[in-house]
Amino acid sequence: MDVDGGSTSSDSTRVRSIPIRSGQCKAFLSQFKQQSLPACKPVLTPAWVIAIHLLLGFVFIPIGLVTLHASRGVLEIVDRYDADCVPEEFKGNKVSYIKDTSVPKNCTRILKVHKYMKAPIYIYYQLDNYYQNHRRYVKSRSDQQLLHGLKYNDTSSCKPEESNNGLPIVPCGLIAWSLFNDTYTFIHGTAELRVNRKNIAWKSDRDHKFGKHVYPFNFQNGTLIGGGKLDPNIPLGDQEDLIVWMRTSALPSFRKIYGRIEEDLEADDVIVVHLMNNYNTYSFGGKKKLVISTSSWLGGRNDFLGVAYIFVGSSAVILSLVFLLLHVKNPR
Amino acid sequence: MELVRVGQAYFMIRDTLMYDEASNSAFQCRALNINEDLGQIKFVFSDKTGTLTENKMEFQCASIWGVDYSGGKDSSVNEQVGHFVQVDGKILRPKMKVRIDPELLQLSRSGNNTEEAKRVHDFFLALAACNTIVPIAFDDASNPTVKLMDYQGESPDEQALAYAAAAYGFMLIERTSGHIVIDIQGERQRFNVLGLHEFDSDRKRMSVILGCPDKTVKVFVKGADTTMFSVIDRSLNMDIIRATEAHLYNYSSLGLRTLVIGMRELSDSEFEQWHSSFEAASTSLIGRAAMLRKVANTVEKSLRILGASAIEDKLQQGVPEAIESLRTAGIKVWVLTGDKQETAISIGYSSKLLTSKMTQIIINSNSKESSRKSLEDALRMSKKLITVSGTTHNNGGNSGDAVSPVALIIDGTSLVYILDSELEEQLFELASKCSVVLCCRVAPLQKAGIVMLVKNRTSDMTLSIGDGANDVSMIQKADVGVGISGKEGRQAVMASDFAMGQFRFLVPLLLNELIFRYVLFTCFTLTTAINEWSSMLYSIIYTSLPTIVVGILDKDLSRRTLLKYPQLYGAERRQESYNSKLFWLTMIDTLWQSVVIYFIPHLAYWGSTIDAPSIGDLWTLAVVILVNLHLAMDVIRWSWITHVAIWGSIVATFICVIVLDAVPTLVGYWAIFDIAKEGSFWLCLLAIVVAALLPRFVVKVLYQHFSPSDIQITREAEKFGSRREFGAVEIEMNPILEPSRR
Repeated sequence: MDVDGGSTSSDSTRVRSIPIRSGQCKAFLSQFKQQSLPACKPVLTPAWVIAIHLLLGFVFIPIGLVTLHASRGVLEIVDRYDADCVPEEFKGNKVSYIKDTSVPKNCTRILKVHKYMKAPIYIYYQLDNYYQNHRRYVKSRSDQQLLHGLKYNDTSSCKPEESNNGLPIVPCGLIAWSLFNDTYTFIHGTAELRVNRKNIAWKSDRDHKFGKHVYPFNFQNGTLIGGGKLDPNIPLGDQEDLIVWMRTSALPSFRKIYGRIEEDLEADDVIVVHLMNNYNTYSFGGKKKLVISTSSWLGGRNDFLGVAYIFVGSSAVILSLVFLLLHVKNPR
Repeated sequence: MELVRVGQAYFMIRDTLMYDEASNSAFQCRALNINEDLGQIKFVFSDKTGTLTENKMEFQCASIWGVDYSGGKDSSVNEQVGHFVQVDGKILRPKMKVRIDPELLQLSRSGNNTEEAKRVHDFFLALAACNTIVPIAFDDASNPTVKLMDYQGESPDEQALAYAAAAYGFMLIERTSGHIVIDIQGERQRFNVLGLHEFDSDRKRMSVILGCPDKTVKVFVKGADTTMFSVIDRSLNMDIIRATEAHLYNYSSLGLRTLVIGMRELSDSEFEQWHSSFEAASTSLIGRAAMLRKVANTVEKSLRILGASAIEDKLQQGVPEAIESLRTAGIKVWVLTGDKQETAISIGYSSKLLTSKMTQIIINSNSKESSRKSLEDALRMSKKLITVSGTTHNNGGNSGDAVSPVALIIDGTSLVYILDSELEEQLFELASKCSVVLCCRVAPLQKAGIVMLVKNRTSDMTLSIGDGANDVSMIQKADVGVGISGKEGRQAVMASDFAMGQFRFLVPLLLNELIFRYVLFTCFTLTTAINEWSSMLYSIIYTSLPTIVVGILDKDLSRRTLLKYPQLYGAERRQESYNSKLFWLTMIDTLWQSVVIYFIPHLAYWGSTIDAPSIGDLWTLAVVILVNLHLAMDVIRWSWITHVAIWGSIVATFICVIVLDAVPTLVGYWAIFDIAKEGSFWLCLLAIVVAALLPRFVVKVLYQHFSPSDIQITREAEKFGSRREFGAVEIEMNPILEPSRR
């Protein structure tokens, strides 16, 4: 687009400029009202079009390559365990297994580290086919109650989990009720791998959204138990798993942080994971995965953006060549 | 949409090009929803008097006793020549100055000595007396010794004639119900007004019966030539009548309004007879008007012809240019006037409505059969002409404009037979082949009938312009009515270049908004990723403000260029800028943009820790940036206000998102700060914008390359014209003038 200087509208010359200071405002008003403000009128010339496309190409392809490199640099170990952790005799009926409290839920997984992973290494649990973004689910919470506790009575937004046996529930709502409650312990070699479970939730959430003096009350006492229970002696502001869970995910396939490993893992290290497979995803066919991943400036590992950038960049270059050909063959 | 209309109406009101200094009144927009219709008008119906012309009459020349006095020059008018009268030590002078023929002035001052001078005397006496003017004298503000004479009357013609008489020394000084005082060459004379027959549209004349100081009774009649010649005694002075008729023809072909003046002396018996019947008629309770008319007819007969006056009906400033612009823009101009055919045609020429290149088809018939025949003839002729002109267009190349040079002139009597019959269809067929239609001698209701005739048979917009009560029906019938108030009409026709092309991208944009919302809230069926505040603000400030500003401020081309090449106006009317092909292109484009907006974050964040408010922020920002850049691609004039509106809107959106995310009680608390830490957020934003707009950009470029629109070419010419030689612009402009485009 031709936007260089000197391309102001020709009719701006018609409006005489008034030298007096007070007159300038008036002159502007008249220009405004007469719609003859000085204006730049870009016109697409072939040269500009080709240049723009070439520029796009030469900016986007490198960005794409860098992004792809960064994404590939993120190492992750993904282990789906929901199916394998069901004992043989319950393979036919997974729901009865997860609902039967007498059956032990512990399960052991062995993960192999393929490449050197540099600390900090993040531990996520990943749920697939889990619509945490469902309209009614998302709304079933009370931010006021999370901050002020029992002092805040209007918990109508929390339906259907706002009270039990005539007493209010803290934290109320379906989101809290469905708290994820699988737990993991990691054995590296002979010793237990130290997992930092502090500071996994956003600091802004811990400080300003969840009360420091709000304790769980009457939680998970109903006939229908949704998910994890909370220690009634720890204030909500310190229940980081809850805080992480309450930040509802945007997409039906999502990860949530579980903790951080603060030591490097060498290649070919073997990690034994003892996990408690408590959370019921079997009734709706959701998948549970354990993810151990490093991170980069980009975020997690996702090749899509890099590929997209390379694709857009190369199509821009091709288009610029097409325009060049058009211009040479069929000049106006 | 409504806001944009209000804004445009504001600019129409403030537009000084539509400001009339004479009446000190600006353009007024009384209906909001017609602004954009203005761009779609194909038929313009215009009244003549008061609309095309100023309705400011000026006495031009006179034919007295068969002699034409039209040698007056403007230069001869000066303070000394202008007639004035001494009254009470003060000088009395008419307010308006009139062109004066020196020879005639000499004659009028020479007294009653010769036969010629006597006729002149009678002629001006008739002009001064035969009217309903009320003279009012008032002090001249600039000169205390001078009193100005203002003639107030219902018809501007009469005023012009009275001023003329005053200039030649026959100054009407006083009028009461029983007598008038006329100052004749400094000598004050008192005439008794014995009776006055007012002007009516049947007789088309008026008469006054005066008792002169010398005890004679005279009747003075003035009126339209058609009715006057029938009451003039043809046995007397046949050659004078012929000469006058020839002069009248000359005058009316110059575009002047003519009036014929006659007189006769009444004998005592005649007077007595008239007087008694006049008394009876004017005191009767039933059918007074008809009886008065009958009485008038008895006295208005076997008149001696005195002469004829010619008054110039001055064209309004800029009318020829406006009409020419309209015509070259391919708009059909219909002028509906009550004037005589000759007058109408001459006005047509002087207003450039008719040109010498045009072939005139004149329909003048007195019966249904003859009008049918002339219509059929005219149709055949016009078809032949159009095929001929079509071939010459193809061979000749740059032959001016694409308008077929056929003008239809039809008079009111023919219209009576044509309207309300099956001939209507033929008339419309014929009229649609003509670029100009001139209807003369039409009654107010016929005007409306003609407008309906066109409106019922086309889908095009029609516009009517008129000033008086006789145009009301016509104005009401048309899609867009333009009313002009007062004697000093305004150049409402100049409004045609306004409002052009500014709505071209509003509709696609609105579509865009709808689809964005549709996609975001259906693809993502049951979620609320974007919080309510954001989606509310989205429509209020994020996107509508720049749309409004650009919709109001942007224009395709500068006004000058537009007036220079009025063909461009055709683009709007042909709906080049917005047709169904473009509609579907826009739909596909919008769908693509929606898909890009939705799926790039979706795929980029699949299986990540992203939370709903964060991705909602990303979507909000992406949509706003996209809509604004989309708009920016269509902006043609980038004034600083446009810059502020578009970039400011994006910045404002960022600020709003940040502010909303700083409220702890909202779900999305701190989301934007968290997501903005990751590079993928910014990469997503950039990728969305580029990927969404790239196809549109490419299509736009290809479209401009292969089939540039007239607007586009002119735009480039306008831009580069300032750098290149002017001749180069002319060369580049040539293709626009080609009649056939694609």
